[in-house]
Amino acid sequence: MSLLTDEIRALIGTEVAPFEFEVSRNDIRKYAVATGQRQQRYLDGDEAPLMFLFSAMMPVIPLSELLPDGRQPDSPLIPELPLKRIMAGGSEYQVHGRILPGQVLVCRQKLADLYEKQGGSGPLIFMVFENRFETRDGEPVVTELLTRIAR
Amino acid sequence: MSTFQVAVGDTLETRSFAADSVQLFLYNAAIWNPHRIHYDLPYTRETEGHPQLLIDGPLQGDWLTQMVEEWLGTHGVLTAFAYSNRMAAYLGDVLTGAGQVTECEGQSATLSLTLNNQNNQTTTVATARVRFQARP
Repeated sequence: MSLLTDEIRALIGTEVAPFEFEVSRNDIRKYAVATGQRQQRYLDGDEAPLMFLFSAMMPVIPLSELLPDGRQPDSPLIPELPLKRIMAGGSEYQVHGRILPGQVLVCRQKLADLYEKQGGSGPLIFMVFENRFETRDGEPVVTELLTRIAR
Repeated sequence: MSTFQVAVGDTLETRSFAADSVQLFLYNAAIWNPHRIHYDLPYTRETEGHPQLLIDGPLQGDWLTQMVEEWLGTHGVLTAFAYSNRMAAYLGDVLTGAGQVTECEGQSATLSLTLNNQNNQTTTVATARVRFQARP
């Protein structure tokens, strides 16, 4: 019997309101130092490494709204599922263009897919989120498919 | 046209990564990650049951992109990257990155990468796709 009811599956395609993320040279430089980067163009902040975009996904919210474990609350795109323990499942990025200081990127997030598999210790539900980063003119920069697994 | 010669089976120079608490702090500050498991050791041990502070999964992914871009130099660009964390990595672990070319097709190549800890356990796997071209 499927854990994914029609009601849950109907959530596939749900989007949240897009948000904008301003890429600053100083933030790139900090990120480059913190990651042990050795490429000068990143250390100088002339361009951002791909994984810099992870920081774009971290909401800046008041301290009072953080959870007891310190984290920001989960994305509203995560559906209410019969399995409650959520794990990271990996990310896939398609790179369409360079990430440059001064750019304002628009991030569009949606729940792209839900599917289930039988794992070694029980059923698993895979949630695939699409994060599209594009310029204000609509030029794609990076598309990420982020998978999280409920068990 | 690039003169970079690449063949299936070519290996990347290995690189070791051993984040200390300062680097872990700076990384999580840089990405604005307030999760306690990266800086609050008593919480991490007593509440989450881990023996030590955790090295962020995306940081490990970043390290593998660095290896690809250092290998690629000015001969091309990263066009796709996928990574998955397979087990926890902890502060104090020495993670060694390795990679090799698994496919070459025209002006593109695919690489397979791993990060292994000091016990030779794989913490992160990744694949990268590159396109050979003069980098802007």
